[in-house]
Amino acid sequence: MAYPKTYRYSKEHEWIEVMGDVATIGITDYAQHELGDVVFVELPKLGAKIETGKSFGTVESVKAVSEIYAPAAGEVIEANAELQNTPEKINTDPHGSAWLIKVRLTNSTGISDLMDAAAYEAYIADKGKEASA
Amino acid sequence: MRYLPKSPAERQEMLAAIGAKSINELFSSIPERYRLREPLKIPGPYSEAEVIQYFSDRAAENSAGYTSFLGAGVYNHLRSVVTDAIIQRGEFLTSYTPYQAEIAQGTLQAIFEFQTLMCQLTGQEVANASMYDGSTATTEAVLMAERLTGRQRVLVARSVHPEYREVLRTYAKNSGLRVEEIPFTASGTVDAKALQGALKDDVAAVVVQSPNFFGVIESHAPLAETAHAADAMFVVAITEGVSLGLLRPPAEADIVAMEGQSFGLAPSYGGPFAGVIASRDKFVRQMPGRLSGQTTDSEGRRGFVLTLATREQHIRREKATSNICTNQALCALAATVHLTLLGKEGLREMAEQNFSKARFALAELLKIPGIRRSFDAPFFNEFTVELPRSVKMVNAQLLRERIIGPLALGTPYPELTKHALVCVTETTPRAEIERFAGALKRALEQPI
Repeated sequence: MAYPKTYRYSKEHEWIEVMGDVATIGITDYAQHELGDVVFVELPKLGAKIETGKSFGTVESVKAVSEIYAPAAGEVIEANAELQNTPEKINTDPHGSAWLIKVRLTNSTGISDLMDAAAYEAYIADKGKEASA
Repeated sequence: MRYLPKSPAERQEMLAAIGAKSINELFSSIPERYRLREPLKIPGPYSEAEVIQYFSDRAAENSAGYTSFLGAGVYNHLRSVVTDAIIQRGEFLTSYTPYQAEIAQGTLQAIFEFQTLMCQLTGQEVANASMYDGSTATTEAVLMAERLTGRQRVLVARSVHPEYREVLRTYAKNSGLRVEEIPFTASGTVDAKALQGALKDDVAAVVVQSPNFFGVIESHAPLAETAHAADAMFVVAITEGVSLGLLRPPAEADIVAMEGQSFGLAPSYGGPFAGVIASRDKFVRQMPGRLSGQTTDSEGRRGFVLTLATREQHIRREKATSNICTNQALCALAATVHLTLLGKEGLREMAEQNFSKARFALAELLKIPGIRRSFDAPFFNEFTVELPRSVKMVNAQLLRERIIGPLALGTPYPELTKHALVCVTETTPRAEIERFAGALKRALEQPI
């Protein structure tokens, strides 16, 4: 699956798309692949404050529950309600309809430090080498 | 899965396979000062004959021929030898917790049936594969409510088992959870006005027990309504599961925490018991422990899987929902076999006998001058009476007549000195109830 050029990516495998002061956050195709079949997503309530690097929710697959870490700080203005009934969308469309939350950014300074698509693809290719080494 | 002992030769073989020279080398990552350098201080080794003698002597220390009127969280009920015969099968008795779950189909099926029975009894949608006992189940229910509401204040009725409250306080002590107690009325029920007054938008859960520690049956519905009006979760603790054969299940509860000892587990000193947590489907992700589920395999045959275990300690470390990482599989199996043998009608009949015999006992005791009933609210198989004398002194007299007397309530409740909690179950013959009343009358007539 292609990694959209307009997104930024974190080492913890979240993506973020910034439009003005609003950002959309999700997990990457690599992350969903590592997790396996997703069966449940736990997302923050509207109005919740998320902090860079801190966990804001969990993704549960048949084999594990993983934390989702915020790639930026902000206030949650929308959580993807559809994922409550169809969490498996994270496996099929992680970069699109299976976005997790939308936040109003309170601090966007760290975002430019995140990887672009090319850097992230190199990063996960490296991970692949590590795993097979 | 069976427990397999290992011979020294097999140990060597395993060490060789992983490239360690000795057991000590295997444990070399444990700092020297934490390692045990001497043999464990346990006596022996004993010969087979000595072991048999030792345990025969210990078994002979058990009292026999006593009639008990002591309940207070542990109940003497009829048990069938069938239960023991089944739980003593090696496949169940020696099997460890199913970490490689799917190869342990029998264990998973037994757990699944236990969960189903617990849901049917409690009127809830989902039950887990058991906790240690009623006290830890109650505490875990509170922690569940804390996670679900994000609030840290808990209101617990003072009529909840004193030891359950103690366990909750122990857990709460260093966790930021604030536990406050709600008094009881002159009838022995939860003081609804006090509850209303204490409820604010920072309360995670309201915890009541029914039948409560005084044997009194609480009305769940209005209490649940009060709790829910403040968006607090309503937790019902049950120490006497047999009551569910007769009473309406606590369907209004968000979480039910129950002691399963009444279902086929002998009232042995110190347990083991089996705790139950049952709740609503929508709260399942915050439920501690594991869940067994029914499914079909690739050929369409019925099979069982560990549906929910990903939030357990051995998978999720410090982020696990609970540090209770084991379950009481064998005790849960005993409860499952026991309830299956009894059936719906059997459990109801047992409950009715408890109900009637407790009433007969109360009537007998009230004929004795100086004894009065402490609380007038309806009760199940336990009731509270006030004696004209110290309960402990009376109990010492009763013991001489081979009667284990009622619980002296003065220790857990200083305001209830001279009040005694009497328990009567289906195992107490009518003649023994009359003998108890007679012995109690004599004990009260004796000069001090």
